[in-house]
Amino acid sequence: MTKARDDYPLDLRASRQGYALNKMCLSLKDERNRRRFTEDESAYCDEFGLSPEQKKAILERDWTGMLELGGSVFYTYKLAMLDGKSMQYLGGVFTGMTAEEFAEAMRSGGRKFG
Amino acid sequence: MARVIWGLATSHVPSIGAAMDNGKTAEPYWKPLFDGYAPAREWMAGHRPDVAVIVYNDHANALDLDLVPTFAVGTAESYEVADEGWGRRPVPPVAGAPELSEHLVRRLVDDSFDIATFHGLDVDHGLTVPLSVYCPDPGEQWPCPVVPVLVNVIRHPQPTAARCYALGQAIGRAIRSFPEDLGVAVFGTGGMSHQLAGARAGLINTPFDRMFLEKIETDPEALARLTREEYVAQAGTEGIELIMWLVMRGAMDERITRIHETYHVPASNTAAGLALFENGGAPA
Repeated sequence: MTKARDDYPLDLRASRQGYALNKMCLSLKDERNRRRFTEDESAYCDEFGLSPEQKKAILERDWTGMLELGGSVFYTYKLAMLDGKSMQYLGGVFTGMTAEEFAEAMRSGGRKFG
Repeated sequence: MARVIWGLATSHVPSIGAAMDNGKTAEPYWKPLFDGYAPAREWMAGHRPDVAVIVYNDHANALDLDLVPTFAVGTAESYEVADEGWGRRPVPPVAGAPELSEHLVRRLVDDSFDIATFHGLDVDHGLTVPLSVYCPDPGEQWPCPVVPVLVNVIRHPQPTAARCYALGQAIGRAIRSFPEDLGVAVFGTGGMSHQLAGARAGLINTPFDRMFLEKIETDPEALARLTREEYVAQAGTEGIELIMWLVMRGAMDERITRIHETYHVPASNTAAGLALFENGGAPA
């Protein structure tokens, strides 16, 4: 799994780089598309023209890799929810913790920086 | 003439809505937050507005990266509740206030705010959670119609905090020139400090949030001077949503009266804040 940078600003460069990946994730807000994705994830990724790296990140659920390839968490979260994964789970992935450890860090007042 | 009667600044975290939708507000995780809301809710229930102007951002539900308006106003007669990928919230559709919307659009454009308009708009948690914070049990319909005001806080470059404050001032002028006797509530939503993605995920900056909660009343100009980069560094990638509180503040008088505030960590991966202000200074 890819190691996360501090943050992933969704600027115009990331918008260009992640266009297909974000478009695909966005489509999952429709129930019919959620079913079609689940039936054949690889074919569904191809429909949206994901790069081989983006497709690999999606199929392997490399959540940090998706961000490195231009994904935005507001978009990839729709895939996480389809998998039954919470924002605490994703927070754990980005920070090297389990979902439970991450949730506990939040209950303890959150993570402090600087 | 219409007038702004109160302003509500509140977080709009989806899980706050889900806690209400799933009857979890009395559970230990959520109880402190909802107990903190109670005095504000009681006061607002006794001061019902005729219309609410709700400043919020869409989270990849009505909008995607094809078209990202910096500022937009909804102009429809009603707004459906968005399916954000896990089914619609079980709350009523949102009635619009199209005549007030039209007036705001015209006045804002004349005031040099070149805003976009939405005639078709599914509203997501950014708008419906603040409505639920105001009114937890709406029944068949929300207590008042709504004018949605959308701000791009997700895709860089977001508008400056100063521009958001100025937009709020223009919205205030526009409301005060609407020739109907309406009491208007203005909601500024989002925040407080939080970051969802990257190695800084889980960031909470309580000293910054406390400072913001104070200065939103007493020194909004200082908050308007903070740069985009300062908001992101201090409050997190998504904490920049706080610039939408400045739109609400700008629409209100220079002097406002704090009715209630509450602050709680965590709500999901965020610091949840609420501040309720009556417009104008304290009665003598």
